[in-house]
Amino acid sequence: MNKFEIRNLNLHYGDFHALKNIKLDIGEHRITAFIGPSGCGKSTLLRTLDRMNDLNEDCRIEGKVLLDGEDIYSRKTDVDYLRRKVGMVFQKPSPFPMSVYDNVAYGPRTHGIRKKEKLNEIVEKALRDAAIWDELKDRLTNRATGLSGGQQQRLCIARALAVNPDVILMDEPTSALDPISTAKIEELMIKLKKDYTIITVTHNMQQARRISDKTAFFLSGQVIEYEDTEKLFESPSDKRTAEYISGVFG
Amino acid sequence: MTKIREKAMHAVFLFSACIAIFGVLMICIFLFAEGIPALREIGVFKFVFGKVWNPSADEYGVLPMILGSIYVTAGALVIGVPVGILTSVYLAMLCPVKLYRIIRPLIDILAGVPSVILGLFGITVVVPAVRSIFGGWGSSILAASVVLSIMILPTVISVAESSLRALPTSYFEGALALGATRERGAFSVMLPAASSGVAAAVVLGTGRAIGETMAVIMVAGNQSVMPSSIIKGVRTLTANIAIEMGYAAGLHRDALVATGVVLFVFILLLNLLFSALTRRRER
Ligand SMILES: Nc1ncnc2c1ncn2[C@@H]1O[C@H](COP(=O)(O)OP(=O)(O)OP(=O)(O)O)[C@@H](O)[C@H]1O
Ligand SMILES: [Mg+2]
Repeated sequence: MNKFEIRNLNLHYGDFHALKNIKLDIGEHRITAFIGPSGCGKSTLLRTLDRMNDLNEDCRIEGKVLLDGEDIYSRKTDVDYLRRKVGMVFQKPSPFPMSVYDNVAYGPRTHGIRKKEKLNEIVEKALRDAAIWDELKDRLTNRATGLSGGQQQRLCIARALAVNPDVILMDEPTSALDPISTAKIEELMIKLKKDYTIITVTHNMQQARRISDKTAFFLSGQVIEYEDTEKLFESPSDKRTAEYISGVFG
Repeated sequence: MTKIREKAMHAVFLFSACIAIFGVLMICIFLFAEGIPALREIGVFKFVFGKVWNPSADEYGVLPMILGSIYVTAGALVIGVPVGILTSVYLAMLCPVKLYRIIRPLIDILAGVPSVILGLFGITVVVPAVRSIFGGWGSSILAASVVLSIMILPTVISVAESSLRALPTSYFEGALALGATRERGAFSVMLPAASSGVAAAVVLGTGRAIGETMAVIMVAGNQSVMPSSIIKGVRTLTANIAIEMGYAAGLHRDALVATGVVLFVFILLLNLLFSALTRRRER
């Protein structure tokens, strides 16, 4: 099953052609990794999948992005609902300057859940799913900005899980973290994929190999190669892919 | 050689800073040296809480003017702060870039309008409007509050807007990524996160309102009696000084300087509040 089907997607920032004719199918309950050198458009593509680029008035998009068969760029799309179904975890851990509890409860509250017991239940489940409940259960009222970077990032994952999305987009979720926190988040991603579809950007080849099912290699706004992760790393069919993963450039 | 030049530059900088410090010190010294003897002669309590200001009978009670300043300022805040904060949220997060390029310079123009012009606007538009809607003379607490609220808007908007812009965009994006509307993201995440900066904006606006003289004199009526209703005339501390200083002499003159002392104390308190708030923001 395909969760996303991207067809002839072109994106311009003003005059700059940042994504060129992207065609990509992203499988459900899979981890898909985007790799490629800096500035090749990985984050840009990720942000088109939950229409975060709407915030940027210079950004122009053509083509189709289908989520469960529906074009998310059609006029009928409810963007707030889309963003609820497609969660996002940013590169820099970015909890709101509020308590741990309020961070996780923010999404459910936004969507109208007011009952205390219900909120408590959602917050606990989200923190458990993000493998951080044991560390934080006694600190729910502490300010989230006082946590360590790794804890903050898992809190942000919990915050995204609390709105019960189908898809989680992660933009270099571990690039600001130490190896132990990174390992925890990788483990978490693998655990989450049975319930969620995960798309992640990474600069870490080993990480892409360890966790992802499929990998897309990008170069200057184009998808050069999109394959099962095994195949892409073992026997890439494009010379540029081979050079990139062996560290010749990028 | 460069060492000497560096030292010389350092001295120039220090000297410039000293001029500002010197100015503040001189104002304090002058104000208190001139004002305190009058306060002693009249009696601090009788001066501050006296309800009658009648220089020809040597009665100097400044309470009507203290209340006048407080009411007029409070009125300006009631109108100006909500409008100012909503505008700053709109400018910082919600409005399209094209519109921003139009609104922002207009606000800057408003900030540069001389207060006497605002006073003229008050006399020709606000006062008649108050008169025809609420009756009375028109020159009143209400009219002064409206004019002052317009005057403090640029201050409130600009300071609040820059404190909102100083926040990481990740707060706003994070809220949207959870399915919040832009408005909800702005009001439930950004505004609370910028609260101390926004409070500082309000304090700065308060300072402007309480210190304004010309525009207030033109629309407030200036009766030195206890204010009784928002559509009645009122005199502020600033107006009291500006209106009577020209012809005052002796104790009357000193009492006006003492009025300045009272005003100055208000301003100092606001400044303390402001620096407490901005210090909290830095942490
Ligand atoms: N808001 C923007 N306005 C204009 N150009 C942009 C904007 N955001 C990104 N770009 C440009 O689009 C290109 C792709 O950027 P993008 O952030 O998607 O790269 P990336 O692959 O995520 O890189 P990195 O690995 O460094 O995060 C870059 O050349 C960048 O300069
Ligand atoms: Mg990126």
